[in-house]
Amino acid sequence: MKRVLLAHGDGGLYAAALLKTLFLRYFNSQELARLSDAALLPAVEGRLAVTTDSFVVQPVFFPGGDIGKLAVCGTVNDLTAAGARPLYLTASFILEEGLALDELEAVVASLSATAEACGVQVVAGDTKVVPRGQADKVYINTTGIGLADPRLVLGAERVTPGAAVILSGTAGDHGIAVLSCRDGISFRTPVKSDCAPLNRLLESVSPYYPAISWMRDPTRGGVGAVLNELAESGAADIVVEESLLPIRPEVKAASELLGLDPLYLANEGKMVIVVDENVAHNVCSALRAHPLGRDAEIIGRVEKGNGSVWLRTRLGGTRAVEMPAGLPLPRIC
Amino acid sequence: MQTAAELSFAQRLLTLIMKRVSGPLVIMEVCGTHTTAVSRYGLRPLLEPLRLLSGPGCPVCVTASGDLDRMIALAGSGAIVATFGDLLRVPGNGTSLEQAQAAGADVRVVYSPLDAVRIAAENRDRPVVFLGVGFETTAPGLALAVKQAERESLGNFYLYSCLKTVVPALQALLTGDAPGLDGLLLPGHVSSVIGRQAQDFVASVHGVPAAVTGFTESDILLGLAAVILMIEKGEPGVVNAYPRVVREAGNVTAQKLLSEVFAAADAEWRGLGSIPGSGLTLRPQFARHDAALHFDLPQPQPAQQAKEEPCRCGDVLRGAIIPPECALFAGRCTPLYPLGPCMVSSEGACAAYYRYERKKGAVPA
Repeated sequence: MKRVLLAHGDGGLYAAALLKTLFLRYFNSQELARLSDAALLPAVEGRLAVTTDSFVVQPVFFPGGDIGKLAVCGTVNDLTAAGARPLYLTASFILEEGLALDELEAVVASLSATAEACGVQVVAGDTKVVPRGQADKVYINTTGIGLADPRLVLGAERVTPGAAVILSGTAGDHGIAVLSCRDGISFRTPVKSDCAPLNRLLESVSPYYPAISWMRDPTRGGVGAVLNELAESGAADIVVEESLLPIRPEVKAASELLGLDPLYLANEGKMVIVVDENVAHNVCSALRAHPLGRDAEIIGRVEKGNGSVWLRTRLGGTRAVEMPAGLPLPRIC
Repeated sequence: MQTAAELSFAQRLLTLIMKRVSGPLVIMEVCGTHTTAVSRYGLRPLLEPLRLLSGPGCPVCVTASGDLDRMIALAGSGAIVATFGDLLRVPGNGTSLEQAQAAGADVRVVYSPLDAVRIAAENRDRPVVFLGVGFETTAPGLALAVKQAERESLGNFYLYSCLKTVVPALQALLTGDAPGLDGLLLPGHVSSVIGRQAQDFVASVHGVPAAVTGFTESDILLGLAAVILMIEKGEPGVVNAYPRVVREAGNVTAQKLLSEVFAAADAEWRGLGSIPGSGLTLRPQFARHDAALHFDLPQPQPAQQAKEEPCRCGDVLRGAIIPPECALFAGRCTPLYPLGPCMVSSEGACAAYYRYERKKGAVPA
């Protein structure tokens, strides 16, 4: 089996060979092919959005995805949540000496395929190799550049009481999927990670952009954390109806077994969207018409208050949904 | 709650309970998982004026601080320490397993004790210590792990046993200076091992009505309804409100396994003190796996115990106070900077109150 060697980080012939035989085969970009020190991109009209994210998920391959796909989805979804259309990505790889080249190729292929599927070009990249044991197989950093859509004006200050809170699908799938294949924890579950780029899903509700006041993709910390961020920054309360929260029965069961709350489990293909109540049902229907939004629900409402998130249980009780503290599962993304 | 039928059942139980409760009855949910479930389902406000008090049924919480110090010392000894994740952040004397891990100790979180045996098999040149914290529900898994290590001749596998049993603790609680308890909810998981009838003494000796119950909303409400009907009739008993899991005599196979591997020993409980025969220690034929016999562990320092006095976890565990009555609650003691185990453990009463019930009222209708 061929493996990544320290020599692949030599900046010379080995590095060039890895670039040509692997990376350039998968990334179809004129900018990359020029092999210059920086990509030169055409000027665009409008405001640019920039975001960066590092991915250290363990294991590298998990049910429903891998670190390559995740590295695209995470950054594309951050741009999308900021109201921008993703255009370009950079991808920087930190490789552990000894990583099987087949595995690296699978990751690169997946990253490339995901970028292509969501219409984003990878325009710059880098690789470094560190000695065995100083990294865990592969870490990836991606930086994304997007074009802000002028119809989307987002901000907690725009969120008003009465607004509807929509979750674009089931909560907690990624957290349970990754946890299920962790060394020392592994259990059998049919749950797959929801890892998916959401830019196309958001485009499906573009007629309603002016009615959207806030968006966030609930990754680490889950839906519970992003709702708290919104409540605190908008100084309003959010009341979530337990009966409306979409959670897969398998995720619910695994969470109960492991003592976790699906509200705090990570998602990698979900969006929390706050929208004017008058069009909330239309937005929800438009989301449901897209394969990535089939399980979308209006999960709750923004109410006057001082920054708390509440869950109304099916029995009519209420309890606070706090900001999570501490990591229930490290390295989920 | 999964089905509409279950929801309607729960609603009917709630109505039944509220029709019968006029005064401030006090019912203790002994088990930490019950406390957390009650908070998480938002049941407490729905049940007023009924008062639900949490009890000594959170295994991490009742672990004595001296034991925590010894576990942290084990982690610093160079041994691989395997533990359930709950223990990681529990503060010992100014430090925690998490801090020890950050400082370089080899601490591994596992979900099954058998994973610790596997770690021992893969690292035969290093001692591997499993931190055994739990009640009768956890203990059979540990018994199996010890037997597995014995079968594989893994002399490097050790158990540091802080395992405890519930019956002696219930006896201590009911004979001690506990607050007047009108009834008890008995732990469902533990009862699946020890059986319903082992807890008959709660009613027959102490005259307190009790129900063994499970963990869904309707389970908890069914248990409460049963207790309240017994209070109303003045006929205390110990009823099984969790028959889909709990048998009269419990799980005899698990009981046999426990008595094969463990012997009863005195144990130190946070809040309840030393309770005779309430701990489980390895029998002599498994002594080579007993971490307490093989590692040089620090003796508890009186000064350390004095230092932790301000934390009132002990009072919470005896039902003497509820978490918001502790001066540290949500001020100096939070899940981010916990001063006691009840704020850390996922079954801890302080964590449950902090998470779900700290903010009062103000819920829009």
